Amino acid sequence: SVSHSQITRLYSRFTSLDKGENGTLSREDFQRIPELAINPLGDRIINAFFPEGEDQVNFRGFMRTLAHFRPIEDNEKSRDQNGPEPLNSRHNKLHFAFRLYDLDKDDKISRDELLQVLRMMVGVNISDEQLGSIADRTIQEADLDGDSAISFAEFVKVLEKVDVEQKMSIRFLH
Amino acid sequence: VVNLLGISITVLFTLLLVFIIVPAIFGVSFGIRKVYMKTLLKTFQWATLRIERGAKEKNHPLYKPNVNGIIAKDPTSLEEEIKEIRRSGSGKALDTPEFELSDIFYFCRKGIETIMDDEVTKRFSAEELESWNLLSRTNYNFQYISLRLTVLWGLGVLIRYCFLLPLRIALAFTGISLLVTGTTVVGYLPNGRCKEFLSKHVHLMCYRICVRALTAIITYHDRENRPRNGGICVANHTSPIDVIILASDGYYAMVGQIHGGLMGVIQRAMVKACPHVWFERSEVKDRHLVAKRLTEHVQDKSKLPILIFPEGTCINNTSVMMFKKGSFEIGATVYPVAIKYDPQFGDAFWNSSKYGMVTYLLRMMTSWAIVCSVWYLPPMTRQPEEDAVQFANRVKSAIARQGGLVDLLWDGGLKREKVKDTFKEEQQKLYSKMIVGN
Repeated sequence: SVSHSQITRLYSRFTSLDKGENGTLSREDFQRIPELAINPLGDRIINAFFPEGEDQVNFRGFMRTLAHFRPIEDNEKSRDQNGPEPLNSRHNKLHFAFRLYDLDKDDKISRDELLQVLRMMVGVNISDEQLGSIADRTIQEADLDGDSAISFAEFVKVLEKVDVEQKMSIRFLH
Repeated sequence: VVNLLGISITVLFTLLLVFIIVPAIFGVSFGIRKVYMKTLLKTFQWATLRIERGAKEKNHPLYKPNVNGIIAKDPTSLEEEIKEIRRSGSGKALDTPEFELSDIFYFCRKGIETIMDDEVTKRFSAEELESWNLLSRTNYNFQYISLRLTVLWGLGVLIRYCFLLPLRIALAFTGISLLVTGTTVVGYLPNGRCKEFLSKHVHLMCYRICVRALTAIITYHDRENRPRNGGICVANHTSPIDVIILASDGYYAMVGQIHGGLMGVIQRAMVKACPHVWFERSEVKDRHLVAKRLTEHVQDKSKLPILIFPEGTCINNTSVMMFKKGSFEIGATVYPVAIKYDPQFGDAFWNSSKYGMVTYLLRMMTSWAIVCSVWYLPPMTRQPEEDAVQFANRVKSAIARQGGLVDLLWDGGLKREKVKDTFKEEQQKLYSKMIVGN
């Protein structure tokens, strides 16, 4: 569980981003953060906060998305075996990253989707052909069931050795 | 009753004259403001202890504002981070450039980190205080105020609004009218040593009165480095008050856009006595014209040092943002000055998107005081191997270091404008190198 002071700080942050002062954040509110605007995947990350078809996110939704990035050690303190899997489990952190690639939310990363995301990350610096061969190679290495796309299970298998807990966690200073 | 009123007003004005205006003219001080400051500090400490006690009694954690950021951030580069992610994932050689699905973790985490806490947007709003200074505008823990504290706060309101505010307004009025009339009168004199001498002292006197009108308690350091003729004085910008603070300790040529209204009247009067550099609104956009006029001014060694704020906008005094290179291209000696305000007595930062000029001045005049430190840094000149941008950054770092401020490369213009695409393109270029090499 998140501590009281952490919630207070994040609420303070939420209100400072909420320029319209109406208790919700729009995509423009996020884009006003310069360091996020220069992130090549900034728009995909912002998208993760907004549920399907919605243009505003309230504080609850804001916290829910950020909860994916709590360090896994925090769960040791509040072990709840019968409850639903916590949002910051390794499984859910991987799913968050998977959803950044899966543009049409069909639980598969197609060649086309991979190309689009790669294009966002490299800008104009790599040719279409080169990018195409990178995408092909990546899918070839990950694809186990031969459907020329990467399913979530295949995604998890490729990344089974990666220290997801560390790389997708953010620690509070207090 | 009218007689009594008349007498009390006369007494008040005589007191005003003796204790405030006369010392301002001669540049001496009775030390009243320092005593005032010490008393206030003791009161604030007491108030903070009371609030902490109140919170402890109710067993609630107190909201402590955080100055150093709320999350742990790694200062590693894009390259290093991505290599580390790849290292943990596979045993492959790390020297060959290629793409890994796990690379996305870097951008993802960085993005979420900036959503939780970024370096730029917090510079455009007032700094949060660690202890309460009896102003309702800075209180985050309203529910823990005891009766005694409320009474003290009420007393504070009375003192600030009914005693200090009228006094300050009277002083400001005196200062501004003396400036306008004084400079106009001096303007009629023929050019020469006499005119210069009088102009200097009229300016200084009026700025000193304005300093007292804000109850500004300023500590100047290293005054031997004060700007000389033919040079440029650059300083970090927090508020229009910066001008008053610097100009009450030195004689500068101001640079700026001509405004309408009262500001315009003051500006037009000032330029009669001494050659300030005012631009019409249309001329400000023309960078060549601006550079030409500034160069002409500094090349004339008899002319006063120019006062410029290269950030171009007000920042909240926790950091120094990008210096615009214009002033660093004209080849004059640069005299850097660092100004650091102590926000406990009154936050001087002008949040121009939130408050207009008049509201801002009223807020200043109803604060306890404006306390700041000014450091005059040794002069700097552009070295042959550096260009204007590098020189500007060097000066900026020196100022940030001295004032204890964070040195940022971000443009203060981000307060109102979107960030340029070139920064994103830089990131994309860096990442491309990691997956295909050069």
